[in-house]
Amino acid sequence: MLGGIAVSVLLIAIFFSLLLSSRSALVANGFRFLTGATWDPVTDTFQSLPFVIGTLLTSLVALVIATVLSLALGVLMGEYFRSGLFAGIMRTAVELLAGIPSVVYGFIGLFFFVPAVRVIQTAIGAPPYGVGIFTSALLLAFMILPYSASIGREMISLVPADLKEAALSLGATPSETIWKVTLPYARSGILGGVLLSLGRALGETMAVTMVIGNSNSLTFDILGPGNTMASVIANEFSEASSNVYLGSLIEIALLLFVISTLINIAGKIVVNRMAAV
Amino acid sequence: MRRSGASPPRIDSGVAARVRGDFAFRGLVLVLSLIATIPLLLILAFIIVRGASSINWQFITELPKPMGEPGGGISNAIVGTLLLVVIATVVSVPLGVIAGIFLSERGKSRLGSVVRISVETLMGIPSIVLGIVAYVWIVRPMGHFSALSGGLSLAMIMLPVITLSTEETLLMIPVTLREAALALGVSYPRTIMRVILPAGMSGIITGVLLAVARSAGETAPLLFTAFGNPFMTVNIFKPMASLPQTIFNYATSPYPEWQSLAWGAAFVLLVIVLTLNVVTKLVTSRWKIQF
Repeated sequence: MLGGIAVSVLLIAIFFSLLLSSRSALVANGFRFLTGATWDPVTDTFQSLPFVIGTLLTSLVALVIATVLSLALGVLMGEYFRSGLFAGIMRTAVELLAGIPSVVYGFIGLFFFVPAVRVIQTAIGAPPYGVGIFTSALLLAFMILPYSASIGREMISLVPADLKEAALSLGATPSETIWKVTLPYARSGILGGVLLSLGRALGETMAVTMVIGNSNSLTFDILGPGNTMASVIANEFSEASSNVYLGSLIEIALLLFVISTLINIAGKIVVNRMAAV
Repeated sequence: MRRSGASPPRIDSGVAARVRGDFAFRGLVLVLSLIATIPLLLILAFIIVRGASSINWQFITELPKPMGEPGGGISNAIVGTLLLVVIATVVSVPLGVIAGIFLSERGKSRLGSVVRISVETLMGIPSIVLGIVAYVWIVRPMGHFSALSGGLSLAMIMLPVITLSTEETLLMIPVTLREAALALGVSYPRTIMRVILPAGMSGIITGVLLAVARSAGETAPLLFTAFGNPFMTVNIFKPMASLPQTIFNYATSPYPEWQSLAWGAAFVLLVIVLTLNVVTKLVTSRWKIQF
């Protein structure tokens, strides 16, 4: 009983430590912290919009890529190859990919994704940064893929067999059954999986920090460099000189904590509702 | 029996198109799945080949050399990672297992659901935020970076994993086992300590191993807690090197020699983490609770 309460106390303590240690920044920055686009330690101006936008852009682009690929993987593992050698190989491969530490993903990104994106950028005439929001999104997509794919597989295999058999017996082809019966039935569960993956993508630090290019100005240019909430903390925390600077970085951490908690709770609710049906 | 004069039924062209569509869809799913997995598996193989060629006995047993000198190893980082994980395990296992027992025993109560939400929330907190918390709690009061603070941040990452897997394991233990112990007059705490926990031990160990594998690869929270250290140290109140952070520092450096050290370190880290994952898998499939 005490152990259980201790976890809750720990969570509350985490929240209030973040709140208390950023209070000087909370007072100094005010509401402009959320709405302003300038991050300039020299003049003690700390506004988080560039990082919030950067986080949203990287996560959403990653999510689109990961959702398409993980739906395919989910259908493959939950529908076409449910058992047998090939299914075993695919499942092991996905689990293997889930176990790779994020710093190794970042290293892979630096050596393979950055040159690849640079080639694409040269081909379409964009400035050949190589690093940037799109590169991080691509890397993030591959990192969250194992999670969203395994949730997708689970949700797809939860679809009752008699529904699918009814469609098949009425003459629907297997792919029509998947499109019109299986996926609509599993839709909310898959959505929950996407939300849970989004929670991971938002907080991912190392891999993103290594390939995003670390530019602190507000940008909507997906091919250019940017910065996310997590990566700006990783880059600047140990060199933050003034109290307000450090406090502002902790304030970003607080914001990240709140956003990712809300998204996780939403994802959990959706997945649980699906699993309970 | 033949119907005279009627041509054999022709397959409707619409049906043929639908069958073709089905075939195309199946192909699309397969191609997308391969796109999702094959490149990364190839890259993984590349790391293994490249990393295996750059490690040798010296690499594992020596300290890093200053820039410009050939050779040098990562022994400080290997020892550092082991120590950090030990600290994290010592801190997180007792609390995590106790919380897991609480959830499996009283998970349906109002307090239980509060605790479950807390654990799941803790699971979702980005690791870099937990690093900041450890910084605020330990590094700032002490005035310097330390392995202790790094271990604490890793412990906060491990805690929810251990709690949830403990709960899941203990819920699978049949009620009859507990009832038998209670019917024999064994007290409730003793039933838990002597009957329930031993029965679920393999599952709990699996959870701990999974948590260790996850925390051993974490870099973000160590950046401003354990901080890194080019020398060998076993003093947990001093800054300490770790494998992930060594990879990060060397990988982002402009020198090819250091980058090749990073490949070696990535290989060592991958071997550790993937071995833990495989061992976990074997433990679960071999000693899965059966009654």
